[in-house]
Amino acid sequence: MIRYLIRRLLWALVLFFAVTVVTYVIFFLIPADPAQRACGQLQTQQCLEQAHHFLGLDRPVYVQYGKFFGRLLPFDVNGLAHGHSPIKMPSLGISFANRQQVNSIVGGAAPVTASLVFGGAVTWLLISIPIGILSALRPRSLLDRGAMMFVLIGISAHPVWIGLIFLYLFAFKVHIFPLGEYCNMINPPVGTSCGGPVQWFYHLILPWITFAILFAALYVRMIRANVIETLNEDYVRTARAKGAPESKVMRSHVLRNAMLPVVTMLGMDIALGLGGAIFTENVYDLPGLGRVLRLSLDNFDLPTTQGIVVFGTVAIIAFNLIVDLLYAAIDPRIRLS
Amino acid sequence: MALLDVRDLKTYFKTDDGIVKAVDGVTFSIEKGRTLGIVGESGSGKSVTCLTIMGLNAKRNTITTGEALFKEQDLLGMGMRRLRQIRGNDIAMIFQDPMTSLNPVHKIGNQLTEAVLLHQDVTKKQARARALELLKAVGIPRAERRVDDYPHQFSGGMRQRVMIAMALINDPDLLIADEPTTALDVTTQAQILNLMNKLQEEFGSAIIIITHDLGVVAETADDVLVMYAAEVVEQGPVNQIFSRPHMPYTWGLLGSLPRLDAETERLVQITGQPPSLLRPPSGCRFHPRCPYVMDVCKQTDPPLKPVTGDIDHYAACHLDEETKDREATKLLAGMVAEARTG
Repeated sequence: MIRYLIRRLLWALVLFFAVTVVTYVIFFLIPADPAQRACGQLQTQQCLEQAHHFLGLDRPVYVQYGKFFGRLLPFDVNGLAHGHSPIKMPSLGISFANRQQVNSIVGGAAPVTASLVFGGAVTWLLISIPIGILSALRPRSLLDRGAMMFVLIGISAHPVWIGLIFLYLFAFKVHIFPLGEYCNMINPPVGTSCGGPVQWFYHLILPWITFAILFAALYVRMIRANVIETLNEDYVRTARAKGAPESKVMRSHVLRNAMLPVVTMLGMDIALGLGGAIFTENVYDLPGLGRVLRLSLDNFDLPTTQGIVVFGTVAIIAFNLIVDLLYAAIDPRIRLS
Repeated sequence: MALLDVRDLKTYFKTDDGIVKAVDGVTFSIEKGRTLGIVGESGSGKSVTCLTIMGLNAKRNTITTGEALFKEQDLLGMGMRRLRQIRGNDIAMIFQDPMTSLNPVHKIGNQLTEAVLLHQDVTKKQARARALELLKAVGIPRAERRVDDYPHQFSGGMRQRVMIAMALINDPDLLIADEPTTALDVTTQAQILNLMNKLQEEFGSAIIIITHDLGVVAETADDVLVMYAAEVVEQGPVNQIFSRPHMPYTWGLLGSLPRLDAETERLVQITGQPPSLLRPPSGCRFHPRCPYVMDVCKQTDPPLKPVTGDIDHYAACHLDEETKDREATKLLAGMVAEARTG
């Protein structure tokens, strides 16, 4: 178990390395110069050179990456030489665009994205589990055909389109829901118009549904297929031959097995979403990682982009590990070794 | 009154290509404490017959007619609630593939106690004690420790023992074993068959054993039902079927049996493939593969007729009795002669 964890964490380190290097490489392949942004109207040679130096862009790429990685380490090698405490907070650096600590940018945006993603996951599970099971139990029924139609629409419709349609219908035409905006659940910052759990919930209903539709569609299809497959398993026939009532057969024998793959998928999808639900956040103007990511790309703001990539990578690695550990607990055939 | 009396059982499946007559008018009965062997090729309707009796076919697109009287109650006509009380309690079933017939996510102890708790008003502790008792009875070593193991921690033979324990745990009057040894290797097969024979003496259950292996029948059964293409073609006590088979299909089955005591150069094989049950052949369904085929075989389906001189022995064949006796004697003499020269 411990050995398994260590091996997994070492792999995670390799993965982390690869992802961040790729982000750097892509950034420097794009023919764009953050210094031009920094200088704004004053595009003189002198200003550009100063900006380059100030942002550290005049150093070779590998030095820049080395500095980025050094900032991420939780201890400081130089500090030890100078007699300071070697322990420090890992830092994602400072934004090119507004000179804020990227740590605080990501820290401010992450709860928004987390609210959207976890609430969205609950929403899509609430939709897909009952529909998936019912359509598996009555294949080719009206409900099943309706569900398959929903799946097709859900997979085809883009979240941006769904979001715009929802906003137009439910916020602009009929004033049931607000026109975007995010409300903090706890400790709303001074000067914001709304706050508290109720407002938080109310403002997130449309984003949740928008974000959940694609996943709900995919999950309905997956759960339906899993349940149909499990219903044909020999051990389900054994349970019936024992005289178990159909409800018990479903609960104890079919669903327990059919839901195993759902756990894996859920972990991966939540982790993926935590890297930024870009479309939904931008449509509803939610200040989450997805929107920050888009703005940072517009500004050629490498530290912020990289910060969100780091956050997303860590989220994916962490959730994969959680899923693996969870799987070992719920599926007796899997032992971690 | 027989324990189970099956009369003119028919099971048809509606498919996109038409109606598949999987079981087409099967009649048999079994008495308390006896063993009935049902033999036939794959797809001859053996398994479907038993699944129909248990009500385990999918409801959708299945047509079932006839009667299956268990203790004078019709299993096919009764409500689900009553049928569930009988399943696993009065009639239990063992399936062909022990590797897939146990639920992988539950401990075998829990799967056994589930069967007890469904039918008996006992505490979990008593149910567990009963499970342990049965695991010991079927010869699981260190049963106290293994009761909390999961199915994947058992070998195929051990899993089949668990299945047998699960089937016998409520002391059923009838045990249906659907090819219980097919998925097992030969030495394990013998152990499982011995175990079933031993447990039958102990528990007094009647057994229906489905197999395509006449060797298994010879070892376990009192009576035999030979099925071909959804119909019964010959039935009778096991010694009469083996000493005086009266149907060319049965001869084919007997001739294809490998024998350790004879150096047979080549086993007799029944040429051709089993017919499609979607469009079965006209007349006698065996006629396209029968070496003794006559014109009448192509037109009319022979009824099951009593074999003169034998008791409870029936066969469905147009051949006259002298020919049948002569060919049967020849076949058996050949086998015996081979046995001698070998």
